[in-house]
Amino acid sequence: MTASPPDPVLAVRDLKVHFPITSGVVMKRQVGTVKAVDGVSFSVARGETLGLVGESGCGKSTTGLAVLRMLDITSGTVEFEGEDISGYDRARMRPIRAKMQMVYQDPYGSLNPRMKVADIVGEPLVVHGLADDRDKYRARVADLLKMVGLLPDMAERYPHEFSGGQRQRIGIARALALEPTLLICDEPVSALDVSIQAQVVNLFMELQERLGLTYVFIAHDLSVVRHISDRIAVMYLGRIVEVATRDQLYKDPLHPYTQALLAAVPIADPEIEVQRGQQIIMGEIPSALRPPPGCRFHTRCPQAMEVCMSVDPPMKEMADGRAVACHLHTG
Amino acid sequence: MSAPLLSVRNLSTRFRTERGTVRAVDNVSFDVAAGETLAIVGESGSGKSVTALSILRLIPDPPGRIEQGEILFDGKDLLKLDDAGIRAIRGNRIAMIFQEPMSSLNPALTVGLQVGEPINLHRKTAWAKALDKAAELLGKVRIPDGRSRLGSYPHQYSGGMRQRVMIAMALACQPNLIIADEPTTALDVTVQAQILALLKELTRETNSAMILITHDLGVVARYADRVAVMYGGRIVETAPARRLYKSPRHPYTRGLMLSVPRLDGDTERPLVPIEGQPPDLATLPPGCAFALRCKDATERCRVERPPLVESEPNHFSACFYHDRLAA
Repeated sequence: MTASPPDPVLAVRDLKVHFPITSGVVMKRQVGTVKAVDGVSFSVARGETLGLVGESGCGKSTTGLAVLRMLDITSGTVEFEGEDISGYDRARMRPIRAKMQMVYQDPYGSLNPRMKVADIVGEPLVVHGLADDRDKYRARVADLLKMVGLLPDMAERYPHEFSGGQRQRIGIARALALEPTLLICDEPVSALDVSIQAQVVNLFMELQERLGLTYVFIAHDLSVVRHISDRIAVMYLGRIVEVATRDQLYKDPLHPYTQALLAAVPIADPEIEVQRGQQIIMGEIPSALRPPPGCRFHTRCPQAMEVCMSVDPPMKEMADGRAVACHLHTG
Repeated sequence: MSAPLLSVRNLSTRFRTERGTVRAVDNVSFDVAAGETLAIVGESGSGKSVTALSILRLIPDPPGRIEQGEILFDGKDLLKLDDAGIRAIRGNRIAMIFQEPMSSLNPALTVGLQVGEPINLHRKTAWAKALDKAAELLGKVRIPDGRSRLGSYPHQYSGGMRQRVMIAMALACQPNLIIADEPTTALDVTVQAQILALLKELTRETNSAMILITHDLGVVARYADRVAVMYGGRIVETAPARRLYKSPRHPYTRGLMLSVPRLDGDTERPLVPIEGQPPDLATLPPGCAFALRCKDATERCRVERPPLVESEPNHFSACFYHDRLAA
C-alpha cells in the first residue's frame, strides 16, 4: 500500500467481501461466490479526500458499505481512528456510526417522503439520544440546514418540494448531524444535473475546510474525482490496481487500466480532442463470479504479457509513494 | 449550400398535465445537413428528448401534442404524413437509438429477430435473407460470433453489447439520419468510448447524419460537428462545435462550461456553479428562460423574450447581449 499517512482516520487492510450464490429453495446450497471486494487495502489521513474510482461492478460501493459495517466483512480489517472495528457487533458499532456517515447517490430514494426535512435531518440526533432539549435540538437542525445552504424555514417542508440539488443538501445535513469525522460519499453528485453538480461539489469542499472532515469520495466521473480528491485509488474487479496522489495519477498514470480510463474520458474542448490519441480498450468488465486468473485486467489490457495470464501481480510501492499492481512495474 | 437533410421549423410540443400546460419544446428551429453530426445539449427538462421524439412523431397523444411547426425531411413535412407514411420513415430512413437498451429491446424476442425486423419490414426481404443481414450487422458492431448469437435474448447480453444491438438495428436499413438519445449515459466510460467511436465510424461509412442528444460537454467536444444548446424548451445557442467552445455567446452555455470540472482543468480554480435551479416548464417567465439564474440579466430579459439571432456567421444566440459576450 501507499505509504500510510501519519494520522489515518481510516485504515483498511486486505478487505474481502464475498457474497455466496445459492441455489434451491428448501435445500439451499452454495453454487458460487461473487468476490465483490477481494483484498483491498488503503488508508485515509485526517482531513484528506480519497477518491475511489472504477466502473460499475468494480466493488467501490461495496467497499464503502463494508467500511461502515453495513455489509458483512468476509475477512480483513477496518480500523477507524486506530480502533479495529471489523469484529464489532451492532451495539459496539453504535457510537462508531455516529463518527462515520454516508451520503448516498440518489437524493430521491434516500429521503423518506413522509418525513419533514427537520425530522430527516434531526433523526440521527433522536436515535443517539441527543434530542432531549427541544430548543437545542431545533437550533441544531436550523444550524445544519444553514450549513448546507438551505433556509431554516424549509425545515417544515417535505422532500418532494425540493429539487435534486436541494435534496442532496438535505442528505448532507443529515450526515453531518452527529459531527462525524468521516463521510463516505457514494456517487453523491452523479444523479444531479450538470449545472447543479458544481454547487454540491463546492459545498463538500467548503464543509471539509470548515469542519476538518475526512472524505472517501466514491464516483465514476474522473473529472469530478480529480477536482475534489487529494489521493485516488482506482479499482477494477474487486481490487485496487493503483493508488497515487491526484497529480501523479492524472499526469502520469502507471497502470494500463488507469491509462485506459483516462483516455476514455472526453475533454470539453474540440481542439484538444482532435489532438488526443484515442486508445480505446476493448471489451467490458468480466463477471466477478469468475474473475480471470492472473491479473484480472489481462483480458482487456493492451500491454498484457505471458506472465499476466497466470500470476496475480502484487501491489508494489514505488519510490515516490504511489502504488501499482502491474507486472510492467514489478521488475 | 444545398437544402439540408432535415429542417425543423418553429416546432412546439406541449404536454397537458395537472399543473397546466407544459411547453416542453417551444418554437424550436434547426437544420441537419447530410452526413453531419449535430449535438443537442441540455439538462433534464430542457426539451432535448422531446425534440427528438417529435421528429419521429413518437409523442404520446394525449397528454402530448405537437402544436405547431414543420419537420422537413428531404423536403417532405413529416408532420403531414399519415400513419403509414411515418412508419415507412421510422427505422428506415430515420432510426433512433435510446438511452436504455434493456427497455428498448423486446425481452421476449431473440436478437436476430429484432435486428432482422426492419430489414424484413422495410426492404421486403425474406426472413432467411434478413437474418443473414442481421448476422452481418452484428459483426459490423463488433459483436463476436454474430451468427451464433442471433438466437440469444437481450438479457444474455451485457449493457454495452445491448447498445451495440441497438446500433445494429438502427443501421439495418442504412438510414439517412440517426437520432441517438443519450446513447451511452447508462454505460461505463470505457464502453462509452467504444460505442461512440463505433457510431461515428459507421455513420461516416454510410454518410448518415446524426443527432446526438447528450448532457455531456466532453462527448459533444469529441464527436459533434455542430451544437445546439437547449434550455427551458428553447434553443439558446447554436454554432459549429469549435466556435461554441471557443467563444460561447450565451450566458447559459458559458456558465455550463465554467461549472463542469475538466480532466485537464486547473484544480486550484474553484468551480463556478450556475446558481438556482433549471426552470419549471409549467411556469416559465415571459422573458428569457435563463433570466432568473443569469448574473447579467436586466429588466428587459425578464419581460421580453430574446429571439435567436445570428451573432456572427453561423453562430446564433438567444441573448440580447450576445455582442458583449463576444468580447
